[in-house]
Amino acid sequence: MNQVRTIIDKEWAEVFKNRTVMLTTLLLPLLFAIMPLVMLRAMGGSLGDIPAESAGIPSGALAICKGMNGTECMQAYMMGQFMIMFLLMPVMIPVTIAAYSIVGEKTTRSLEPLLATPITTAQLLLGKALAAVIPAVIAGWLSFGIFALGTYLIGLSPVVRAYLLSPSWLLAILILGPILALISVNFALWVSSRVSDPRVAEQISAVIILPIMLLGGALMAGWVVMNLVSVLMTILAALLIAIGLSYLGVLIFERETILTRWK
Amino acid sequence: MIRTQGLTKVFKIGKKLKEDFTAVDGLDLHVPRGQVFGFLGPNGAGKTTTVRMLTSLIHPTAGQAQVNGLTLGLDDNGIRRSVGILTESPGLYERLSAEKNLRIYADLYQVPDPQAAVTKYLSMLGLWERRADPAGAFSKGMRQKLAVARALLHEPPLLFLDEPTTGLDPESAKLVREFIEELKSEGRTIFLTTHNLDEADRLCDVIGVFNQKLLALGAPSELRQQLFGRKSVFHLAALDPSWLPLVSAVAGVIEVEAHDNKILVRLEDPEGQNPAIARALVQAGADIQFIGELRQPLEAVYLDLLHHQQEGGGA
Repeated sequence: MNQVRTIIDKEWAEVFKNRTVMLTTLLLPLLFAIMPLVMLRAMGGSLGDIPAESAGIPSGALAICKGMNGTECMQAYMMGQFMIMFLLMPVMIPVTIAAYSIVGEKTTRSLEPLLATPITTAQLLLGKALAAVIPAVIAGWLSFGIFALGTYLIGLSPVVRAYLLSPSWLLAILILGPILALISVNFALWVSSRVSDPRVAEQISAVIILPIMLLGGALMAGWVVMNLVSVLMTILAALLIAIGLSYLGVLIFERETILTRWK
Repeated sequence: MIRTQGLTKVFKIGKKLKEDFTAVDGLDLHVPRGQVFGFLGPNGAGKTTTVRMLTSLIHPTAGQAQVNGLTLGLDDNGIRRSVGILTESPGLYERLSAEKNLRIYADLYQVPDPQAAVTKYLSMLGLWERRADPAGAFSKGMRQKLAVARALLHEPPLLFLDEPTTGLDPESAKLVREFIEELKSEGRTIFLTTHNLDEADRLCDVIGVFNQKLLALGAPSELRQQLFGRKSVFHLAALDPSWLPLVSAVAGVIEVEAHDNKILVRLEDPEGQNPAIARALVQAGADIQFIGELRQPLEAVYLDLLHHQQEGGGA
């Protein structure tokens, strides 16, 4: 475990020496926390007290509007889309870091001395994965914390707040988010160990955000409704995928190919 | 320390990876403890591939090897733990300080007192004052020294140095060579790959000339003798061509040549035959100014071996 900690320490020391990366990691979550609050504040009571059914949201999504008036229903529906951002964030932030981590070391020629140490492939990949996942998850949680606090400060209706801070969303953001981050990082590491250009690695790895975007689309269309059962099922499926990808990542990491075919 | 039998590496190349390229072909080698072994060969000869196999970075296609008593393929992590490697390119983390670069590796090698090891080698290599500077700000020579320090942190008994002075200015190269000499005096086994023949001649106890396969193996003096025999040079005040048959007639003399006022004599045993030749020349009236041994440069040995291989002579 010490060697994993050393890899994490090394990755952080390198990554956060780059101020742009540091700024992106901090700025994006802050933006994601403030944007929905500004929108909520702007929406105010624009629809008055019309019934939820008349708020013009897809019929499939009306299940979230129980006990809400038209404005509250619209706010809950709109914020549901923003809540997806809190799931997207831990997927987006670490991808760039992870996509660079192997191919970046290949191009700077620091990979060979690193692989010559008695570190196992599993330790190396775990270290690199955690180094990318941990800051992203912390940033995502902090961002959500700021958002949750903000809903009190802007005086959001308790019914809408209860929906946004419901156990389903809390589970999704606090548990599913980190698992999705692990999936995206494992995918990015796999790509990073197979290409010879960091830019290509970043571009290919970005594909991983597509499933989350699709989930956002499905929520918007009302095809998927967030409830405890669906979130728990998604967590279980994501966990299995994350474990499978991590295991596969170790199996297909070919030290020899990486070292000898990098030109 | 190192023992290989038929060590072979074949790479799959071409667009569909269907063609074979043999980088190392049946290498048999024995490098005992404490020896500085020079692995000489042209670019693309397979030197780095051999080092990568012996440090268990890549797997051989065929053959076996024991490194520090550990079998390649059976205890790869053990091998990595027991050897130090200076790779062809220093491969430092350029944004990080010299100290941080070393600390990372001391931790990865699980050195018992990592900070003490880092301090020791930064001081030993004259980098202590610059320890907080990023490695990217270092000169080529300093980077190379830092990479050497990194290879030594865990005190490996066997050190692989892959072209340690390539690309360095003469002063930096001299510093690195002096440090290798220091390591040699500590009794470490050093496997040095280079195409700097002068460096190999000065530093190595034994040299292997290699180009996909081992072409020759021996101490630099043995290799010279194998190829060119031993030659004595008799420097004379003046040369009379009639003296050459007299020298040829001495027992054990293989070949006699004359150049300016010198007589070059190839013989089996210079220590035994030089006095007889000197007596013959003095009796004939020659004024001998001094007698020396003609030392062929290692370059001549090396080029001759490669030329012989290209002509199809093989090993």
